[in-house]
Amino acid sequence: MNSNLRILLHQGRQYIPDIINAVPAGIFHGRPVITHLAVDEQRLVELCPTGAIAASPVSIDLGKCTFCGECAVCFPEKISFTKDSNLATNDRSRLIITEGKDKPIMVDQQRVRADIHRCFGHSLKLRQVSAGGDNSCELELNATNNVQFDMTRFGIDFVASPRHADGLVITGPITANMAEALDRCWDAIPDPKVLILAGTDAISGGIFADSPALNRRFLDTHPVDLYIAGNPVHPLAFIKGVLQLTRK
Amino acid sequence: MNATTIHNNQALALSRIPCLDYEAFRLDNLALLDQPERHCVHYFGVAQADGVRLFCCIADDATHEIQVSSSLVDPSVERPSLTATHANFEPFERQLHEQFGVRYTDHPWLKPFRYAFDRADQTSMMAEYPFLHSESEELHEVGVGPIHAGIIEPGHFRFICNGEQIMHLEIQLGYQHRGIESLMVAKKKLLERTTLAENCAGDTTVGHTTAFVNLWESLCGYETDTSLQYARTVALELERMAIHTGDMAAMCADMGYQLGNAVYGRLRTPLVNFFQEWCGNRLAKGLIRAGKSNYPFTEVLAGRLLQLLEAYEADFEEMTQVFFALPSALSRMEKTGVVTYEQVLEIGTVGMAARMSGLNRDIRASHPCNLYGSVIKHEPIIKHHGDVYARVRIRREEIRQSIGYLRQLMQEVPPTPIYADVPLNPGASLFVLSLVEGWRGEICHVALTDSTGNLAAYTIKDPSNHNWMALALAVRNNEISDFPICNKSFNLSYSGHDL
Repeated sequence: MNSNLRILLHQGRQYIPDIINAVPAGIFHGRPVITHLAVDEQRLVELCPTGAIAASPVSIDLGKCTFCGECAVCFPEKISFTKDSNLATNDRSRLIITEGKDKPIMVDQQRVRADIHRCFGHSLKLRQVSAGGDNSCELELNATNNVQFDMTRFGIDFVASPRHADGLVITGPITANMAEALDRCWDAIPDPKVLILAGTDAISGGIFADSPALNRRFLDTHPVDLYIAGNPVHPLAFIKGVLQLTRK
Repeated sequence: MNATTIHNNQALALSRIPCLDYEAFRLDNLALLDQPERHCVHYFGVAQADGVRLFCCIADDATHEIQVSSSLVDPSVERPSLTATHANFEPFERQLHEQFGVRYTDHPWLKPFRYAFDRADQTSMMAEYPFLHSESEELHEVGVGPIHAGIIEPGHFRFICNGEQIMHLEIQLGYQHRGIESLMVAKKKLLERTTLAENCAGDTTVGHTTAFVNLWESLCGYETDTSLQYARTVALELERMAIHTGDMAAMCADMGYQLGNAVYGRLRTPLVNFFQEWCGNRLAKGLIRAGKSNYPFTEVLAGRLLQLLEAYEADFEEMTQVFFALPSALSRMEKTGVVTYEQVLEIGTVGMAARMSGLNRDIRASHPCNLYGSVIKHEPIIKHHGDVYARVRIRREEIRQSIGYLRQLMQEVPPTPIYADVPLNPGASLFVLSLVEGWRGEICHVALTDSTGNLAAYTIKDPSNHNWMALALAVRNNEISDFPICNKSFNLSYSGHDL
């Protein structure tokens, strides 16, 4: 018993009290900022492994970006990644950052369904499905519930069964081999429910976007409530995104 | 012996690999496996106009050499399997059967492997996997997955049980299949291919990406300098520590030990946050690049890491002392999920899943790359009981060992040169095999180039390919309630297996 108390004492305070204003440690590839500097745009576009960069005007689609930072390394005066971990929105077009724009990515409150605030404003139970996710987003979603990030303090939690869930979080590019299981999981969640895409792979397919092994048909018929960019999604980005979606 | 001898990461002219008659190929490779120091690191096929060319790579841990031989076969002709004699080849021949339709007269377990999109038999469907069934009225079956209770990857487990006792477990995989091997060939840019390697298994980003860049640099005849080798070695040990720590937390969670779960869980955080300080990503995506480094390792980082290790070590040891003396925890781990030495040798497990049962298999010692074998003289940690407890103790001791290696590496940080932006172009008609000991075990990447230096084939073997069978054997005769702890004690990769 004494040794347990000693261990507890030695942990110090791990808990991050203010999630909203917490700044990630070290280098963090958050929302990029693109200057108006003239560069070899063709080279810049060709550099990107997932075709996330477009030319004239230069833009980066964070729904496709793998956050590898190669563009910022090769064009440091053109592109820089800020430490802004607000990387979630319900408007897919807001994930496209164009040159000269330095505004936070936010959830468009006008577009949030009324029942989301009403039903999930104080409690949200989520079911996660990995549909070709490489276990990196999965590790980070697990981390949202560790003693540091402690997402359950907001009444947001992951549950074991879709029957107990208020929504679905998809990670991974949605493989053909998971398509049926994904459909069945979604159908098993009672209405009303929210749909969240976590990570670049889920949002656009990422590096796998043109793979014949995918089947992203699920997204043709199901409207998405929240896109959270990242490769993988950072726990701060996830928690802040879900809070923005569900709380006024 | 009709095989060519190579070393890890040695570029070999394709023409030097003997192409044998299938019968000679089969008997020669089976004969090679007569010693525990040898096992099959990869056995794969490459489609050619006139059939399928099979390449078999047998590693010899004592001589640090790899024997490579090949055989050109017509897949439609039935032939004797290697698996019938030696179960080392079981996953590989299943893959050859699925991918090319290679037919066998006597393969004992010719089940679908990963339901690849380009499988030879497009009528073979996931929903119709041929599970072993029992006709007994006393037994019942339990199906779990593909979606599991936790936030983990998908796979289907089918148990045949007698009451609470597991008689048999069959594991169906393939849900994570993204077609990485064919995308590796289809995509032409180096950064695309590096990104694919990073995404093989996100929990082993460093392991798989290091296997890829080591291979790519060999293929291009690039002389890798000490600074790059150093960064990769540091990253490999750091990844091992981070995942082992997370695994200890998950093991505690699975046995309902809340304190251990919370403490080990939070101890993982500074390790992954260090990756973020170094390269901007908690799982080291973006860190490892062929022929250059975007995020050089500096003296400042070395100082930070030493500080971090000191704080980590004190809390880790304090927690570990209590955890390993807790009778209720020990009773859940000891003699649970046992796999014997004979079994691991027969199925050819690698990494922790070999070392837990007295089988000394560790690429860091047997086929070293990067700074292993030179700066780091690695001594593998071997246990003998093959149970959950052995696997947890290996993690505990490997964490301590990694702390030691990292401290040793931090003594002298090599200066990072300025890397010239020269394109890396692979040589023509080459074969390179790259082995890296990731935290899970041996990762193997193999590439072949054509006569113009384009990639002709790229194939990846995650350690899980060997080790899933060990999990299936481990749970036999155990209670089904012990499955989670057995599963977690192996922590195998779904995405690395399915690709």
